[in-house]
Amino acid sequence: MRIDPARLSASEQLRRSTRQRRARKLLGHAIIYAVMIALACVFMLPIFWMASTSLKLPRELMAWPPEWIPSNPQWGNYAEAFGKYPLARYMLNSAILVIANIVGALLSVPVIAYGFARFDFPFKNVLFILMLSMMMVPGHIKLIPLYVLYLRLGLIDTYWPLILPSYFGSPFFIFLMTQFMRTIPRELDDAARIDGAGPWGILYRIIIPLCRPALTVVVVFTFLWTWNDFLEPIIFLRDYDSFPISVGLAFFQGRYSIEWHLFMGATLVSIIPILVVYFFAQRHLIGGLAAIGIKG
Amino acid sequence: MTTQERRDAKTGYLALSPWMVGFVVFYAFPIIATIYFSFNEWTLAEPPTWVGLDNYVRMFTRDPLFVSSLRATTLFVIISLPTKLVLGLMLALLLNLKIPGMNAFRTIFFIPAVISGVAVSLMWIWFLNPDTGVVNTLLSYFGIRGPLWFWDLHWALPSVAIMSIWKVGGAAIIYLAGLQNIPAHLYEAAEIDGASKWSRFWRITLPLLTPTLFFQLIIELIDAFKIFTEAYVITHGGPLKSTYFFLYYFYEEAFRNANMGYASALALFLLVVILSATVFVVRTSKGWVYYEN
Repeated sequence: MRIDPARLSASEQLRRSTRQRRARKLLGHAIIYAVMIALACVFMLPIFWMASTSLKLPRELMAWPPEWIPSNPQWGNYAEAFGKYPLARYMLNSAILVIANIVGALLSVPVIAYGFARFDFPFKNVLFILMLSMMMVPGHIKLIPLYVLYLRLGLIDTYWPLILPSYFGSPFFIFLMTQFMRTIPRELDDAARIDGAGPWGILYRIIIPLCRPALTVVVVFTFLWTWNDFLEPIIFLRDYDSFPISVGLAFFQGRYSIEWHLFMGATLVSIIPILVVYFFAQRHLIGGLAAIGIKG
Repeated sequence: MTTQERRDAKTGYLALSPWMVGFVVFYAFPIIATIYFSFNEWTLAEPPTWVGLDNYVRMFTRDPLFVSSLRATTLFVIISLPTKLVLGLMLALLLNLKIPGMNAFRTIFFIPAVISGVAVSLMWIWFLNPDTGVVNTLLSYFGIRGPLWFWDLHWALPSVAIMSIWKVGGAAIIYLAGLQNIPAHLYEAAEIDGASKWSRFWRITLPLLTPTLFFQLIIELIDAFKIFTEAYVITHGGPLKSTYFFLYYFYEEAFRNANMGYASALALFLLVVILSATVFVVRTSKGWVYYEN
């Protein structure tokens, strides 16, 4: 059956062209999905290989050709890894450091940002610029004097060097929080002041509850940075039992001939808290990064 | 000053006091002390002895390790930085396509950027294992004999760079935020004027993205110079110092050999390199960074 295009009604023509457009769009989507899935597979390959290895038998590690998905997954490997390496201990140490740093950041950062965002006083801008410029100073430059200081104070091999700085505010968080507080209308402060609230009452009852998005960014970043930190713990800690998970894993890798099937399981376990926090907080994380990306 | 102003100033300084203490203890003191130590010889066992410029003379004239660590670090920056900037942008353009389910891809590509350097290093030791690793296995399917990666003099540094490029999702996410800030009406106007996709990218997207590119360039630059964990965990600086990165050299001098004076000079040198690279980028930025208004 042949249809003369000239005899098609206008609405029929319109329908055909939309159908064509839709088909082209679908094809375009299919190509993009194919590209994205292929890329995602490439990117996830190292993690997939780690997971796959963690479920193998020792003799399967060197098998040729390698098995991509173990036919007989050894879930017991994880129990064995926890028995062989003090993983639980290391993760607990990391958790202690994370909590202590989060508490420090939450106590210090809002107060300092409040000073910058809400009050006028001599040298405020100088102090603000000084703080911003400290964001550019690479941390390594401070390590030797701080190490010597902590050594003199007998704080080497304690958690203090890894915790204390958070209680005095980190420039990046102060900056982020100050910017956020500036977007909160001052009328709210004034209303509270008329109701008899003092400056600290205004901070804790009015401003901090409104800062929840910025506070979430502080918590999430503090978690990630503390959990992943490596250079400072290897310098300030010596006792094996006090190592956080990052140092603990590196220590075992460097010192013993490792059983890779157990060790890959241990590494996978070590990143699970990060992945959980990341999945639940990615909106805030990306928002926080975007905020520095645009304003910074 | 009125009473109110005075009261404000008092509250303001009180609020800032933790930071001011922190600034003195954790920033000003260590930075000044590092400068002072760099003119001393000091092994912690005895008090420091003033040696003037000796540390710097040694560094610039008779320290082969200084040269090789500087070379390794510079090479790493040159390989990884541009690659990451370009690939990050390409990935961000893909992730910015308005297609259902894109959020899931964003989540996936960002994962490598949030995992700790130690976990990533351990994962990649096994991933690039010359005998049983995935990459060499895949290559063998095509009849290619893969290199020894971290254990090969010429491949070790590129291997570390590849690892760092794997974290490109972190850059892509920041680009993405920049892309989403470009007002849609600009594209609509260009489309009405009949501009092709290609010219829309060069005339609208790229110029408006230059502030993000600029920010990203500085962040990645500072980060690349500070590469450390991979050398510590995977290569120990080898083979033949090919991955003996500057910060790793500093770490060994300071905390393994206890040469606090010389290590301070190294630390300062790295600071100067990073700061001058940053200043250079900022200086040139006026020529290529486009700010609206």
